[in-house]
Parts: sequence; structure tokens; C-alpha cells
Amino acid sequence: MSDNNPATATTPDLGEARPAFDQDWRRLVSIGLVLAVAQIFISLSNMPVSLDVRKIIEPLLSMGYLSLLWLPVLVAYSVSREVVLEGMTAHRKGAHEIVAGGVVGAIGGAGIGLLAVLIDNFDLRDPLVNWSPQLLDQLTFGQSVGLGVALWIVIGAGLGGAGGAMHVITNRTRRVVSTVVLAVVLVAILETVLTDISEELFLEWFTDIIFFKRGGLSQTGAVVVALLAGGYAMFGRTKAKEFKASFDALEGPERVRANRVVISAAGLLLVLLPLVLGKITNELLANVGLFVLLALGLNIVVGLAGILDLGYVAFFAVGGYTTAILTSPNRGDSWPEWLPQTWWLIAVMIVVPLAALTGLFIGAPVIRMRGDYLAIVTLGFGEIIRLLFLSDWLSGYTGGAQGITNVPGVQIFGLANVRGTDPRAVFYLVLVFCLVAIYISWRLENSRLGRAWMAIREDESVAEAMGINTVNVKLMAFVVGAILASFSGAIFAAKVGSVFPTSFIILVSIVILVVVIVGGMGNIVGVIVGAVVLIGVLGGPKQPGLLQEFSDYKLLVYGALLIWMMLKRPEGLVPNVRRSRELHQEEFLQDAWLKGHVDDAEDSAGGGGEVAPT
Amino acid sequence: MRSKTAPRTGVDWFLMFMRWGMFSVIAFGLFAFIWQEIDTNNPLAQALNPDATGLTADQFEGLVIAGLSQGSMYGLIALGYSMVYGVLGFINFAHGEVFMVGAMTGMITANKLFDSGAWENNFILSLLFIVVLAILVSTLTAVVMERVAYRPLRGAPRLIPLITSIGVSFFIQNVSVVLLGPGAKSYPDLPDWWTETQSIWFLDIQRTRLLVVVVAAVSMAALWYLVERTKTGKAMRAVAEDKEIASLMGINVNRTIVTTFAVGGAMAGVAGILWGVMFRSVIHTTGFLPGIKAFSAAVVGGIGNLGGAMAGGLTLGSAEAVAPLVILEPLGVDGVSQLRDAVAFAMLILVLLVKPTGLFGERLSSEDRA
Repeated sequence: MSDNNPATATTPDLGEARPAFDQDWRRLVSIGLVLAVAQIFISLSNMPVSLDVRKIIEPLLSMGYLSLLWLPVLVAYSVSREVVLEGMTAHRKGAHEIVAGGVVGAIGGAGIGLLAVLIDNFDLRDPLVNWSPQLLDQLTFGQSVGLGVALWIVIGAGLGGAGGAMHVITNRTRRVVSTVVLAVVLVAILETVLTDISEELFLEWFTDIIFFKRGGLSQTGAVVVALLAGGYAMFGRTKAKEFKASFDALEGPERVRANRVVISAAGLLLVLLPLVLGKITNELLANVGLFVLLALGLNIVVGLAGILDLGYVAFFAVGGYTTAILTSPNRGDSWPEWLPQTWWLIAVMIVVPLAALTGLFIGAPVIRMRGDYLAIVTLGFGEIIRLLFLSDWLSGYTGGAQGITNVPGVQIFGLANVRGTDPRAVFYLVLVFCLVAIYISWRLENSRLGRAWMAIREDESVAEAMGINTVNVKLMAFVVGAILASFSGAIFAAKVGSVFPTSFIILVSIVILVVVIVGGMGNIVGVIVGAVVLIGVLGGPKQPGLLQEFSDYKLLVYGALLIWMMLKRPEGLVPNVRRSRELHQEEFLQDAWLKGHVDDAEDSAGGGGEVAPT
Repeated sequence: MRSKTAPRTGVDWFLMFMRWGMFSVIAFGLFAFIWQEIDTNNPLAQALNPDATGLTADQFEGLVIAGLSQGSMYGLIALGYSMVYGVLGFINFAHGEVFMVGAMTGMITANKLFDSGAWENNFILSLLFIVVLAILVSTLTAVVMERVAYRPLRGAPRLIPLITSIGVSFFIQNVSVVLLGPGAKSYPDLPDWWTETQSIWFLDIQRTRLLVVVVAAVSMAALWYLVERTKTGKAMRAVAEDKEIASLMGINVNRTIVTTFAVGGAMAGVAGILWGVMFRSVIHTTGFLPGIKAFSAAVVGGIGNLGGAMAGGLTLGSAEAVAPLVILEPLGVDGVSQLRDAVAFAMLILVLLVKPTGLFGERLSSEDRA
């Protein structure tokens, strides 16, 4: 991750190295204390104990310990990071950085040690539920408390020093190290999927070697994966880059042909993939697909048009409930006789205009409000719709708290009956709708309407002055977003076989928002990446992800991710070029100003003049 | 917003329809209610809701008092929203969580005090103690929140801090889950004297409700004194008016903003204790709905206006207590108590549609007036 961030790239002209012990001690201690608090918090959240069953490398490293170990490295790395602006020279990296990282890491380790001592001597189990002997045991590696404390300080200093040392080694070495570490962790996390695939592809012998029987990589496996990843980082990466460069260099009809090859290869892969995947992975991918649909819809509203809709789950609910009402024999008794019970496909055709109407209905009153009022009011609408579905008043129509059960699967002309028990079929169904949604998003983004959305996002008054009918255009964003969400709702109802008000809580809206923001607002690829990473690995609001042991913490991580992304990388993992320019406008201006200023200074210095202080 | 001469578009017609629709539902509900109070067997009531019995005066009084005491809590929380909005111009979505932190702190301390026997023997002192502690912890939460999440985002596009505050809210909720466990936790029982009713003139009020209203009124008075009569308050008002000019006048803008967060946090802490004393149960999501409703109260009262926030809280609190039974029940809606929250949100929408500046005028910072 670090090597694509321009701010950290070491510039060739390096200044003096700083002496090892000439440190800003106060800063180091305060950062160390923050690290210590964070690590104490992670310990008290019980992650070290509850994630311990998940092994990364059997028996050396588990997720439980990893949850404590990654932080010091990262913090120590960022302690010595220098932001190099135009006209400044970075310091040469050396012992100074390693010592700084080591000090910070040691203070963090001492924090964990302090916690172990406290647990040993006091009983705070009453408010803090995880204040337990198991935690103490885990924190002291099963040794005595004194030894545990000493070990943590040493480990902390070592990890911190390693984090600081990441500055000292060359970019190439750093890339190799980070690739190896990432690959080992990733392969261990993806274990379920990999064993799943290997069974179908007759590669079991391979997964048997690298994975331990009860989860996690075996030691041989870790070495194999590390060698493969390291080899790739050292030799394969440049080849891959060259290939990509040659691909990018293609022009005209050749480029079109190459694009076609890539797209059809990706399509073929997507179509064939579910066949080799087992039940669990298909289920996982089907859930991811549902969220991709939702996130693509919210991406149009938030990412393109810049409208923060916090009640987005309302459209998901409308899609789900309408489908259930139109297809289930168990719908409420109050519906008139003439309302037919139809097939899913026909229901979807009714769902779409209904969702569009809901979009208009919710959109119209809020469209003239300012952004933050709009957010709260849409949230209010989302809650009102859920409360109505839940209420006794409408329970004759919506089933109240019992919801609507017995929603039949999707019958496709007698060819197939898609339902939750057959995740592979569901995945294909979701895939079809996702492709449709991607096509719609892609075409809209570059259309007149899409450009109007982006103009509104940048400056509504200016957009209006340019002749854009802002009201209609914003309403269109609501409508398109609502339709995509209702697709997802319709599939959700058929997949789960029932709809309950609890499936449509505000939490869902917020999780979709996190997916869009982490992936990259306004970028289709980003949104898909966000959904795969967050929903696939961590899990959705109710759906388990790959890391099932992690489900108690996923919402915590979502909250933290949302804050972190907004503070550090508001454009998301896969940024939209235009969007990130908007977000960093000031920095661009500042850089331009600095550049101009430095040029001026050089000019005037050349002319013997004095540089004006700023 | 839109000049009077501009032609009406479809959206305008729709909004007008919505406004009048909501008004007529309210008017019709009130009409049905009043007729039902006069004569339970009138033809309208027969048609809409034959089982309705109407409300007795006592029941109505109880509803209003419950609404007002709940409303004074909303008002206390709303002050935090309103002040932060006045100074920074963004909705601190996580303010409800500050309130929850206050209630949680109170729960932990009160249970410890209960175990040691102090709760029973010396209730007033213990209450004071947990209030002070809750104020401290809530203030600390609010200040740390500002420092970590919001200060780096000053001057960012308007939606960025809002989204961040959603993240903060989510984060604090789940910190509570992982540290204190996911279940609901209860406050210890109050001494019997406090749960009895007290007669003042013609009103019978449960003493806890009385306590809530009195504490809210005292806090409000203290806040009013702080904002209107002290130098700190003057600085806060100046920063709300115009940050740059305030800093030119020698006001430390950063410190003033921190003070604003701290004062808002303290009010939320007091509200958290009051909530705990009244409902005696707290869970990690306790802060969410009251937070949103308190924001609605701030909007109803006119955001950026402190008296308005309190008045808005009282209005919203009594409306959501009374409206389901007075407006919806006579219309024949079943299970109206489930729709309380929906009523609160509908009120927010109605106020924003009819009078976006709030019922009690508005005092906004200069950036918002533009």
C-alpha cells in the first residue's frame, strides 16, 4: 500500500541523516501512549482470545496475536514519515528512524504489560466483560506475568524497530517484504475459498500441503507462499508492469481488440467461476453481489450526484416487500382478492416502477434541502418506512413483526428454480443483475445526465447557472438509485425466502455507505472492490463473511474505517480522478503555490534580490 | 430559496400537496378526537374506530407530563447539536453517542454505589456524584472526538465531516459493545420515595419526572448564563458569527470550538443520567434515536438558537407522546404507540417543509446565511 502513495516515496536527493538519539522525545512518548491505549483497547475487546482459533501460521501465529501485532509496525512506520514538499529535502533514513520506532513500540508493549498486571491484581469484570483470566493467559503467552510484561516490551520494541526500519531499506526490498507478509496473511484468510476451489480442480494435494488440517497455513505452506510471493515481487512484478505498459500503449483498433479480449476473458471467468466453487463460497459471492447492486445504486446518489441519502435501505425494503407480497402465499390477509400471486419475474416488473415512485416520493420533499438536512430527513424516511412495515396497523398487509414468509424462489420458465438453498443459481441471478447495473452505471456516468450529476456535486449554483434543471436531475439520481436497490431487494426476498422488518434497519444503509466510501465514491470498479473486500471478508450487517470469527468486531471496524477513510483518503481505495481532485483541491492549489513560490525564490536569488518572508 | 415569481414546477405542486395533506391529516385527526371526547358514539368515531374510548383528563395529563419530561431530555441533547452547528456548521451525528456514554458511565457508577450501600442511604449525594462523573466522561468523549475526527476536517466539503461523524457514532456504539457487552444494562432501583407521585397545585407528577424537569431547567439556566453573560460565551457567539473575524479580534478559535464541544458534551452527560434515572435501562443503541430526535428538536426550534433547542425539545417530546393517541388513534390506526418514532420523524419533515428556519426563528453563522 505504501509504495503507491506519492508522499512517502523517497526522493533521490537526500539530506543529512539524523543522529540516533537526537529525538523529539515528547512526541515519541505521546504517540507511544496513544499506541498503548489502542492496544489495551484491542486487548479488552477480547480480540486476542476470540480470534485465537483462527490460525495464520500453525502453531506460530494466530489472528488473535496478529490483532495486537500489526499496530506497532504501522504506527512506528508512520512516526518517521516525512512529508516532503517542493523545495524541501528529506533526511537520510537510518538508526534515527529505527530507534524512534523502537521507543514507540516499546511503550505500546508496556501498555499491554500494564494491562496484564492490572488483570492479575484487580477484578473489573463487572463493567468490562472481557476482563478475564483467559485474556491474562493469552496476554502473557501462558507464562508468568513478569515474563509476559518483559516479552511484550521486547516484542513491541522489535516490531516498532522493524516498522522504523521499513524506511531504511530500499523501496524494492520494502515492496518484497510487504508483499510477502500480505500474501501469507491473505492466503491464510482465503483458506476456505482456496480449499473449496481446489476440490473441484483436483488441486487438493497442494492445499493439503500448505494448509494445516484445522485451518491456517502449515509452516511448510507459509514458506511456500512466502517464496512464491517474494519471487513475484522481485521478478514477476516488473514483467507484469511491462505487460500493462505495453497494453496501455496500444492504440486504435488494436486497443479495442485487446479490450475485447480482456473483457471476454473476465466475463468467461465470472461465468465459469461459480461452477468450481463450493456452496459456502457461492453463498458468500451471492451476498457480495447483493451489496454490489445496492452500492452501485448508492454510488449514483452519493458518488455521482453528491446527495447523502441515509435512508437508502428504504428502497431495498420496498423491493423486498413488494416482491414478497406479489409472490408469497403467506402475504397479509388484508390484500384484496384480485391481487394476483405471480412469478418473481413479473413481480420484478412491478417492483421497478414502484421503486421509482418511492424514489420520487422520498426525493421530492428533500430535494431542495441542504445536504446535511437532507441526510437526516432521508434517514427519517427510512425509519418511517421500516416502522410502518413493522406496525400492527399495516400488519394485515406486511405481516408486522412476523414479516412475510414462504416467498418462493425465482422460476425461470421452468428451466430453473433459484432459491437460497442453491447458492450457485442465486449467484448467477445476482451476476446478471450486477452486470445490468454496471452497464447502467457505466453508460450513465458518461451521459449528459451523469455529467449533470457531477456538475451538481461540484457546485449546485454553478450547475443551475449552466442551465441544468437541478431538481429534475437530482430526482433522477434518486429514481435510478431506488431502482437498483429494489433489484437487490427483490433478489434478497427470493434468496432468503422471507422478509422481516429487522432486515431493513438503518445499519444496512450505513454499511452500504461504508462500502461506497471505502471503495471510492463515484467509481464503479471502486464500489465493486469495496463490496468484495468489506462484505466478502468481514461480512454484511447480517451475512457472515470469510472471517466468521470476526463478526463481533466487523461493525467496529466499519466505523473505524469510515473515520479513517474520511480523514486520510476521502477518495477511497480506487479513486475517481475527478472526485479526488475536488477533495484535494486545496492541496493542489497549495502545491502549485509552493512550486511557484520556490521558482520565484530561485529567480530572485539568482537576481541577487531578497526573498520576501511569508 | 426560490423566488416567488418563478413558475411552479411539478415538485412544487407535489410539495404543496404534501404540506396540505399532512395538515389535513392533523386537522382531521384533531377534529375526530375532539368529537370523540364530546360523544364517544358519534357517527365519525363509529365509522373510523368503534372501540375507541377517548382519553380521560388524567390520562391526557399523564401523557403531557411524560412528553414534557422526555422533551426536556431531548432539549438538553439538542443544545449540543445546536451549539456545534452554530459554531462549525455541521451536524455532529455522534452527539447522541456522547449522551449514551453519559448514561453508561452513570450505570456503571450507580451500580458500584448500590453495591456499597451509598445509593440507598445517601441518594442525593450519589446522584450528584454520578452526574459529575458522567459530565466528566461525556465532556472528555466530546473533546477527544473533536480533536481526533473533526479538527483535521475543518474547511473540508460540508458532507465530509458529516460522514465522519456517522463513522464516529458507529465506532463509539461498537466500542461500548465490545467493552461492556451487547445486552441491555439496568440502573439500580431508586429509593421508594422517588418513584411516588407528588402533587403540585392540581398536577400529580412522579417525583423522578419532576427531578428530570428541574435538573434540565437548572442546566439550561446555567448554560444560558455561560453563553450570554460570560467572556467564554461571548467568544462562542463571536466564533459562531464569523470565525475569521473572531480570530482577528484575538479570540482563540480552536479553544472556543473545544469549549463548545465540551459544554455540549456536558449537557449530553446530564441528559444521559436523567435518561438512566427515568428509564433505568441503557444499551449501546440508547443514543441513536434520542440523538436523531434531539437533532429534529434543534431543527424544530431553529438550529443555532439555544432557547429554540430547548423549546423544540419540549415541543417534540410532547408531540410524540400526545400525537399518536390524539391524532392517529381517533383515525382508526392500530397499535399507535409503535408509531411514536414515526411521528417524531414526520414532525421533522413537516417543519422542514413548512418552515425550514424552525418554529422559533433562527440564528445562523454567516456562512449559512449566504
